[in-house]
Amino acid sequence: MPGPTLLMGAVAYDPKVVTIWEGFRHYLLGKGLPFDYVLYSHYERQVEDLVSGRIDAAWNSPLAWLRAQRLAAASGRTVRSAVMRDTDQDLTSVVVVRADSSYATLADLQGQAVAVGAVDSPQATLIPLSHVRSTGLRPDEDVVVHRFDIGVGLHGDHIGGERDAARALVAGEVEAACMIDGNHLLFSQEGTLPPGATRVLTQTAPYDHCNMTLVDTAPGELAEEFVELLLSMSYADAQVRPLLDLEGLKVWRPGRDSGYAALDAAVTETGFYDGEGRLTAKEYAP
Amino acid sequence: MHTSLGLGTLGFDHGAHLLVGRALRALPPAGTLRVAGTDPALGVHLRAWCRATGHGFLDGPADGYEVVRGPAEQQRWAGAERAGGTAPADIVRRPPAHWGLAARGALVEAGGPGPSFDLDDRDVVWADLAPRLYAHAAAAQWDPATAVDWDAATELPDDIETAVVQVMTYLIENEQAAMVIPARLLARVHPHFREVQQLLAVQAADEARHMEVFTRRALLTGRPMGTSSAGGRESLNSLLTEPDFSLASFLLSVLGEGSFLSLLAFLDAHAPDPVTRQVTRLARVDEARHVAFGVAHLEHQAALDPTLQGRLRAAVERRHDSLADTAGLNADVFDALIILAAGSWEPEAIRRGHAAVRTLHHAMDEGRRQRLTRLGFPADEAAELSALHTRNFM
Repeated sequence: MPGPTLLMGAVAYDPKVVTIWEGFRHYLLGKGLPFDYVLYSHYERQVEDLVSGRIDAAWNSPLAWLRAQRLAAASGRTVRSAVMRDTDQDLTSVVVVRADSSYATLADLQGQAVAVGAVDSPQATLIPLSHVRSTGLRPDEDVVVHRFDIGVGLHGDHIGGERDAARALVAGEVEAACMIDGNHLLFSQEGTLPPGATRVLTQTAPYDHCNMTLVDTAPGELAEEFVELLLSMSYADAQVRPLLDLEGLKVWRPGRDSGYAALDAAVTETGFYDGEGRLTAKEYAP
Repeated sequence: MHTSLGLGTLGFDHGAHLLVGRALRALPPAGTLRVAGTDPALGVHLRAWCRATGHGFLDGPADGYEVVRGPAEQQRWAGAERAGGTAPADIVRRPPAHWGLAARGALVEAGGPGPSFDLDDRDVVWADLAPRLYAHAAAAQWDPATAVDWDAATELPDDIETAVVQVMTYLIENEQAAMVIPARLLARVHPHFREVQQLLAVQAADEARHMEVFTRRALLTGRPMGTSSAGGRESLNSLLTEPDFSLASFLLSVLGEGSFLSLLAFLDAHAPDPVTRQVTRLARVDEARHVAFGVAHLEHQAALDPTLQGRLRAAVERRHDSLADTAGLNADVFDALIILAAGSWEPEAIRRGHAAVRTLHHAMDEGRRQRLTRLGFPADEAAELSALHTRNFM
């Protein structure tokens, strides 16, 4: 009977996920950590399996992290944000309009069409719509929401919905579009948004994105070793660098849970999950 | 340390990252850069760019942003090394696999793929003559469309034309083998030995042109192609299956193409029409270069490796044994050569033609023995090995 293994879940939002976690597995095994991973087709089952103890760790979207917290609290367990990428900290989302439009504030979008990403995208749907709501405009009542549901269940990891929202803005089908700051830069550089064609109407406060969530049923020593090994990965290491590049980070940082308040508020406002982590979102079928 | 950068109206959608990156590289690690500009999206894009590139980002002070230089770029290049020197004199003996396709002398980031170029030993692939031969080869390329006066065709007697077509058919078959072999070897040579790859590439391109002009000459009068014998193809096939770089080069270039020099000179001398003469003459100049590289390469290697002679000898014997029960030269080719040298069916002419082909055999044997002697074989052994060479010439 082999000894315990630290088992991590990850969502296969793209074929490269196999390359990434195969690479990490090889690296971690080489460092003496018994580690394996399982892939999920969406975040909801991954989170349920984490809290029920079927897996020890989960590479979680911010939305999955919040659900893990709610599910854990309801079942007497605890979860923690153990480690995250440097690129998971202090992100912002933007609401963008065409440069030649007359909109000066969010309030000017009253009665207009706004494009968002998938129903479960924190950065392109939930957080920006909560931001809109905070100005007094009610999504689906005061503004018409055009949702681009690509990769539902992947919590916005699939970039397709955001890109389609940007295209709809350029095509004149909507008056505003919501996206993460990095994708506004990407779309501007790749030409999805012609240079100078759009204007940032508003930007949210900084928030955090993914984290490596550990559940308290995880084997303690292995969990600590896992976190330490990730934190010790150096971008100067030629063996490690391709993995970090693929996963989109330069350095792992200690996890924190201070950057999720905006999304937590959005989840509560929309009833995406209830207080005990049950799936209550409308029109959400991962 | 604080440095300031004013971007004016330039935004990240128009290349502002170049200026920010350049200004950051001038700072010490963790140095701070104040960035100001009037592009409305500057704050959004600068924040996202800093996050993706591992630099710190701070809002403000008023009218600008602060960027703290991160270590990622320096970390990426910390373990980098030069892939040898740029000059042929600076090549290394065993270039590592991960230098791969990088230009010789380039600064190579550590890590990355290690493609398997199995011919990665200078002492196996290199010849000091390679850079000069490549330069010569590149300068000597000719255009099949204009280098041959295709309108100079003269009407030949039917039998003579048929003989020309048969010889051309045979030449094409041999040139195809002579193209495939360097092309295969070239894909295995480590790119650090660039000049050798280039030379092999030009060699393959030479053969491509030879195939073209021989084909065009064969079809000039609308006759069907001649015959291709199983024995001839068997002989060529035994060249294709030789995996060892030095042995393949020896069998193809030194012995095979060496013999072809005599054959092409023979065809030049006995060509019944100007087009046949021109195409064989053009091909002969190229083949001489291939032979020169083969000999130079093996001379270089023989000086370093005392076992080489024994291996070369074994290769000739192995090939001879494997072909012992095959017919060798296509009989149609042998007859066609006699007819070309005879020029008519008169018995006396045939006698002269037959004697000329015998002389050709002697010339081929003489050439092979000379080249074997250059590689260090004593005269008697050179004669013995030359006699074992395939009857198919190539």
